[in-house]
Amino acid sequence: MTPIMKIINLQVSYYTDSGRARALDGVSLSLEPGEKLGLVGESGSGKSTMALAMMRMIKPPGRIEGGQVIVGGTDLTALSDDEMLKARLSKISYIPQGAMNSLNPVMRIGAQMVDAIRAHNHSISGSEMEELCLQTLESVDLKRSVFRMYAHELSGGMKQRVCIAIGVLLKPQMIIADEPTSALDVVTQRQVMETIDRVQDKIGAAVILIGHDMGLMAQFVDKVAVMYAGRLMEVSHVREMFTDPKHPYAQALIKSLPNLDNKGIFQGIPGMAPALLRLPRGCAFHPRCEHMMEICQSVRPDLIPLTDGREVSCHLYSEAN
Amino acid sequence: MTSATITLSEFQQPSRLTLLFRYLRRNISLVVGLFIILGLVAFTVIGFLTLDTKDAYPLSAKARQPPSLEYPFGTDFFGRDLYAAMVVGMWQTALIGVLAGAIGTFIGVVLGFTSAYFGGLIDGGIKGVCQVLTPIPVFLIQVVIAGSLDKRSVTIYTMALIVVLLSWMGPTLVIRSQVLSMKERQFVSVAKLSGLGDGGIIFGEMLPNLLPFIAAAFVGQVFSAVFASFYLAVVGLGPLREPLLGNTIWAAQTQGAFFNGWWWWPLAPAVAMVLILSSLALINMGLDELANPRVRRTE
Amino acid sequence: MSIKIILQRLAFLLIVIWSAATITFFIPRISTRNPIRERFGVLARSGGFSPQDMEQIVQSYNRKFGLDKPLIQQYWDYVSSLARGDLGVSLFKFPKTVAELIMEALPWTIGLLLVTTVLSFIIGNLLGAIAAWPHAPGWMRGVATPFVMLMGVPPVLLGVFLLFFVAFRMKIFPLGGAYSIGIVPSQTVEFYLDVLRHMLLPALALIFGQVGGWVLSMRGMGITIQGEDYVNFAEHKGLGAYTIFKDYYLRNAMLPQVTGFALALGSVITSGIIIEQLFALPGIGTALIDAIKFNDFLAIYGIVLFITIAVASLMVMVELLYPLIDPRIRKG
Repeated sequence: MTPIMKIINLQVSYYTDSGRARALDGVSLSLEPGEKLGLVGESGSGKSTMALAMMRMIKPPGRIEGGQVIVGGTDLTALSDDEMLKARLSKISYIPQGAMNSLNPVMRIGAQMVDAIRAHNHSISGSEMEELCLQTLESVDLKRSVFRMYAHELSGGMKQRVCIAIGVLLKPQMIIADEPTSALDVVTQRQVMETIDRVQDKIGAAVILIGHDMGLMAQFVDKVAVMYAGRLMEVSHVREMFTDPKHPYAQALIKSLPNLDNKGIFQGIPGMAPALLRLPRGCAFHPRCEHMMEICQSVRPDLIPLTDGREVSCHLYSEAN
Repeated sequence: MTSATITLSEFQQPSRLTLLFRYLRRNISLVVGLFIILGLVAFTVIGFLTLDTKDAYPLSAKARQPPSLEYPFGTDFFGRDLYAAMVVGMWQTALIGVLAGAIGTFIGVVLGFTSAYFGGLIDGGIKGVCQVLTPIPVFLIQVVIAGSLDKRSVTIYTMALIVVLLSWMGPTLVIRSQVLSMKERQFVSVAKLSGLGDGGIIFGEMLPNLLPFIAAAFVGQVFSAVFASFYLAVVGLGPLREPLLGNTIWAAQTQGAFFNGWWWWPLAPAVAMVLILSSLALINMGLDELANPRVRRTE
Repeated sequence: MSIKIILQRLAFLLIVIWSAATITFFIPRISTRNPIRERFGVLARSGGFSPQDMEQIVQSYNRKFGLDKPLIQQYWDYVSSLARGDLGVSLFKFPKTVAELIMEALPWTIGLLLVTTVLSFIIGNLLGAIAAWPHAPGWMRGVATPFVMLMGVPPVLLGVFLLFFVAFRMKIFPLGGAYSIGIVPSQTVEFYLDVLRHMLLPALALIFGQVGGWVLSMRGMGITIQGEDYVNFAEHKGLGAYTIFKDYYLRNAMLPQVTGFALALGSVITSGIIIEQLFALPGIGTALIDAIKFNDFLAIYGIVLFITIAVASLMVMVELLYPLIDPRIRKG
C-alpha cells in the first residue's frame, strides 16, 4: 500500500535573539491510510512544531528550512499560500490541544462549522452545509441542538468533540490530534479518544496523536514514534515499543512508567534535554545515555530500518547490522 | 551512569550590551520619549541659567514683537519676553505635574491599601465613592472649583490641589485590586503564619510587589495632572499672572492673537506643550511595551 | 439581563447624578460674589439708579431667588425643584431660563461632538485593527502611525496649529465663531454651508486628537486577540484572511472597545468644552465658562447637571446594551 503521508527530512528552525534553535532537525516519517501513530517526547522535543510544520502554520521567527510533507500525493510544502488554505481541513486537519479556548466565543457553534465548509466550497447550499454539520455533530456523539449553541454553554469534553467534528467535517486524509485530552478528566478522556477512533475509522484517515500520556497511547495507536531534541529516535509498533524498546531513550521512557509491581520506586532519566540552541555534536542523547560509545559523540546516527518495519536512530544497531 | 562531556558546537552568546541595543532599537518610542524629555529639561536648565525670570512677567520687554535675535520667541501683548515665559512656564508645569502626581499617587496607595487590606465597611465606602465619582466628567467639577475661587488665591499650588482633588480615584482602584489579589495569594498567608505582624507584612511583603504598579500609577498621575492643569489654564482659570503654557495660549486667544497677526504668541507654548505631552505619551507607550512582552515586536 | 441588574444600574445612575448636583451646589457658594448685584451694577452704569434704589432692587431679587435663606434651605429647595424638572432661571442672563440657555447652546455642541466622536471611534478602531493584523499590507498598517503620534496632543493644541497653518497662513478657513459675522442664522443652505466652513477646523482638531487613542487601544487588543487559540484554530480550518479578520478578530477585539467608548465620553466633553473656547463656538462649553465667569450659580448647576446626566446616562445605556454584542453576558 502506498503511504498516505510521507514526511521527508523536515527541517524547522527558530531564529531568536540568542541564535538559531533547530526545532526539527531532519525528521522523516510515513503513514498508511487508516494508520494511527503516536508521537511522544518531552516538552520541547519538537512534537508540536512537527504538527505546525505539517499544517504550514510555522510563524516568524520560525521557518521551514527544508524537507517535504506529502499527503495523498500532494507536497504541502510546495503549495502556494492560497492552495495551502484550501488543503487545510480538506486534506489535512488539526485538532487542537485545550479546546477550552479554540472556539470563537461570539459565534454560534454552527456558524463556526459552516464558515469552515464555505471557505472550501462556494457552491454548496446553506441547507446542505447545515445538514452536513448536524450529521457530523451526531457522529461525535453530540446532540443536533449544539449547532445553535455558544461555546461557553458547553462543557470541556463537548467543546473538544466539537473541535473533532470540525476536524473531520471535510473528510481529510490526515488528522493531527495535538494532545486532545490533556485538559480533560479521565472519563471524558476515554470518551474523546473513542470518538476520535470512531470517526477516523469511518473516513479512513490516518492519525498522528501527539502527547506524553503513554498509557493513552498504548490503548489507541498502532505505531509509536519517539522524538528527542527535534529528532526521531525510534519508530516501532505499539506492542513492541512497550515490551521491547530498542533506543536507549525509549527504553528509559518505558522504564520510567509507573508500574503496579514496583510501587513507590520512580525511575527518571538523569540529566536534562539539551537546549535547541546548542545541540550536542553527534547523537543528541549521548550525554545522558548509558550505552554511549565514542562514535556517539561525533557522528549523528541515521534512522535505520530494523526488521518488521521498525526504525531506530542509534549506533548500537548500526554495528549489529 | 557514565559521566558525559557535552561538546558544544561553535556558538556564542551575544554580550549583554548587544542585547540591550537590540532591544532599544525595537522599543523606539521609549528612546524618543526620553530623548525629548531630556531635551526639554536641558532647555529649561539652560534657560534658568541664562536669563532673568522677571522677564516672564508683564511689562518687562517691548510688547508685541515678532521673534528676533533679541527676543527669540517674540513678546506678547503685555510685554513678556516669551522665551523667558516658556522657560518659567515649563518649570511650573513640571512642578504641578510632579506635585499633583506624587500626592495623587500617595492618596491612591493609602486609600487603595486601606480599602483592600481591611475590607468590610471601609472597603465598601471607599470603593463606592470611587465608583460614583468616576462617571462624573471630572473637568466640569474642576472648572467650577477653579472658577469659584477668588482670583488672587489661584496659584500654582492651588492648581495642583484642584487637579489632585478629583484624580485619586484611578490609582486607588488599581492599588486596591492589586492588594486584593495579593491577599488571596499564598505568600501573605505564609507570612501571617510565620508570625509576621501587620506592619511587617505590609512593608516587607506587599509593598515591594506593588512597586511596579505604584510607579505606573505615578507616571499616569503626572500625565493627567499636566493635562488637567493645562486644560484649566487654557480656558482662563489658571493663575493668570504666571506664565503657564496654557495661560499664554488663553491670553493669546482672548486678545485675538491670530486676528491681530501676532502668530508667535500662541504658537510657541503650543509647540512646547506638544513636546511635553508627546514625550510623556511615548514614554508611557515604551514602558507599556516593556511590561507587556506580547506587544514587543519580534525581529 | 435580569430586571434586578437593570434597576441596580439605574439606582447607581441616580446616585451619581445626585452627587454631581450636590457637589456643584456647594462649590460656587465659596465665592462671595453675587451675580445679581453684578448684573445690576452693569445696568446701573447705563441707566441711572441711585445706590439705595439699586440696593433695594438687589435685595428684592435676592429674596425672590431665595438667596437670603440659609444655605441648607436653598439646597433643599434646589433639589426639590430639580425633582420637578425645574432648572430655574439664569441669574445673569435674566430673564432667560437656564433651560432656554441650554437649549440654545445644545445644537452646536451635539452636532460637533456627536459626529467627531463617532467618526473617531470608527476610523480609529479600524486603523488599529489593521495595524495589528500581520496579513495586512504594509502601507495600510502605516496609515495608523501619524495618528498615534498625535495621540498625546490634546485637540486644543491641534486646534491652535490648524488655526495657524490653515486659517492664518493659508486663509482657507475662518479663524473662529460658528458662522460669519453679519449672517443671520436661518434654515437656508447658504447658512448651513457657512456653518460647515466654520466647523471644519474644530471638527478636524477633535478627530485627529481622538483617533490616536482608539488606534492604540485597538492595536493592543488586536495583538492580544491574535494570540488567542480561536484565531489560531480559525487558521487551521483554512479560513481566508478576510474572514478571520472580520469574524474572529475584529468581532472579539471590539468588545472591550465598546466599553471603552462609554468610559471615554467624559473626556470627549472635556475636549469639547475647550475646543469651543478656542474657536469661540456658542455651545454648552462656552455657556458654562461664561456662567462661571459671572458666578451665575443657577446656570452653573443647570449646565453641569445636564452634562453629567447626559454622560452618565449614555454610560449606563452602553453597559445595559452590551449583552447584545457579547453572548457570554446574556442570561441563560
